Amino acid sequence: MRVTVIDYKAGNLTSVLKTLRHLSAETIVTDGDLALVAQAERMVLPGVGHFAATSRLDQTGLTGAIRAAIAKGTPFLGICVGMQWLYAGSSEAPEQPGLGHFAETCTHFAESTEKVPHVGWNSLKVREDSKLLAGVHPGEFVYFTHSFKAPVTADTAAETFYIEPFTAAVECDNVMGTQFHPEKSGETGLKILTNFLKWSPEAGK
Amino acid sequence: MITKRIIACLDVHAGRVVKGVQFVDLVDAGDPATQAVRHAREGADEIVLLDITATHEGRQTLLDTVRRTAEGLFVPFCVGGGIRTAQDAEQVFDAGADKVSVNSAALKHPTLIDDIGRSFGAQAVVVAIDARRDPKAADPVRDAEVFVQGGRKPTGRRVVEWAREAEQRGAGEILLTSMDSDGTRAGFDCELTAAVSEAVGIPVIASGGAGTVDHFVDVFGRGKADAALAASIFHFGISSARSLKEELARAGVSVRLPC
Repeated sequence: MRVTVIDYKAGNLTSVLKTLRHLSAETIVTDGDLALVAQAERMVLPGVGHFAATSRLDQTGLTGAIRAAIAKGTPFLGICVGMQWLYAGSSEAPEQPGLGHFAETCTHFAESTEKVPHVGWNSLKVREDSKLLAGVHPGEFVYFTHSFKAPVTADTAAETFYIEPFTAAVECDNVMGTQFHPEKSGETGLKILTNFLKWSPEAGK
Repeated sequence: MITKRIIACLDVHAGRVVKGVQFVDLVDAGDPATQAVRHAREGADEIVLLDITATHEGRQTLLDTVRRTAEGLFVPFCVGGGIRTAQDAEQVFDAGADKVSVNSAALKHPTLIDDIGRSFGAQAVVVAIDARRDPKAADPVRDAEVFVQGGRKPTGRRVVEWAREAEQRGAGEILLTSMDSDGTRAGFDCELTAAVSEAVGIPVIASGGAGTVDHFVDVFGRGKADAALAASIFHFGISSARSLKEELARAGVSVRLPC
């Protein structure tokens, strides 16, 4: 299977690429070749760093190409900032719109005595019909590192509690995202990425 | 619920894991890639690889080691030792590290923290601080002195003040080593750890002095640490992260289990 990994020059791609290859996926990286997105079998949008960095997706035309690919059913996985980008935007960079596939806006964790960023292994409360998180059992942990988060909505596939409940994974048909880093989440993460690589509209129905 | 992290630390010299006290009597403790994967399999939440004798000539060896180690590792992986510029950091990231730890170079040129954070995100920058209590200071703990070059050279900087600056410049975590406790196996310096952890809003990783499970219970409680580094207690099969975490769980510490 082939995965097109989108590079928007924020942080490093090495971990994600290495993990996808470990799962026997062939990886193609693009930072602006729209044809590669149009032809993609599956897309992964990694992301660490600042939400403002996603402006590069607009400048290169990747935003439109990804929107079109999603519309025709190409499976898409956004990781961390890549997941947040699926929303209308983030208060981290209010001037920079997201894809708007999900209508809500990502916000900073509420003021509290807890440390921010939320760094470390935390547990998931998984929605039963999630295909992305199929086989992930209560009490399994995944690795987070972030200061901004998406609210819990009907599209939330898993929620996590830190200071407040937030969306750890979002899933609506072929559009999926994880706030945590599946590529850094041990066996649980590998299981989730495998689910994404096997995802099809029919599977699991 | 967020869990307390147990981080396995591999000290590396010329491509091999070594163990010694105060950088002397180094004993070969195996291949870094093999050791890292073993620790991850045995429940470590994260792996830190420190090039303890970082030299310019050794850079390529380190990058090869990082590449080989990252290959089979699917937990967070931090690399430190000899990272002097954002370009050095980039090479280490390209080789497969998720975070870099900076120490001496950040004290010499604090903007290094800003530079790496800007390019790779705060989550990728760990500022390592080696501190020793200063009995002459008004507050020997909060004003513990920061040392560089493997603890050989005093800087005149104070631990709390430097940790705060590091945070402001965009560090994602602080790796705090107590030079008073390091190598003693008599317990972490919980007062020092708590002083730093309370002074900053970012996670603090405690290091130096681990000898027993109770020491970890203490540093997560009294020491207010978010994570703790374990090095020597894992070597030569003495213990594993999993058994350590099982005992921590029995003591009421929230840890990632099963793992």
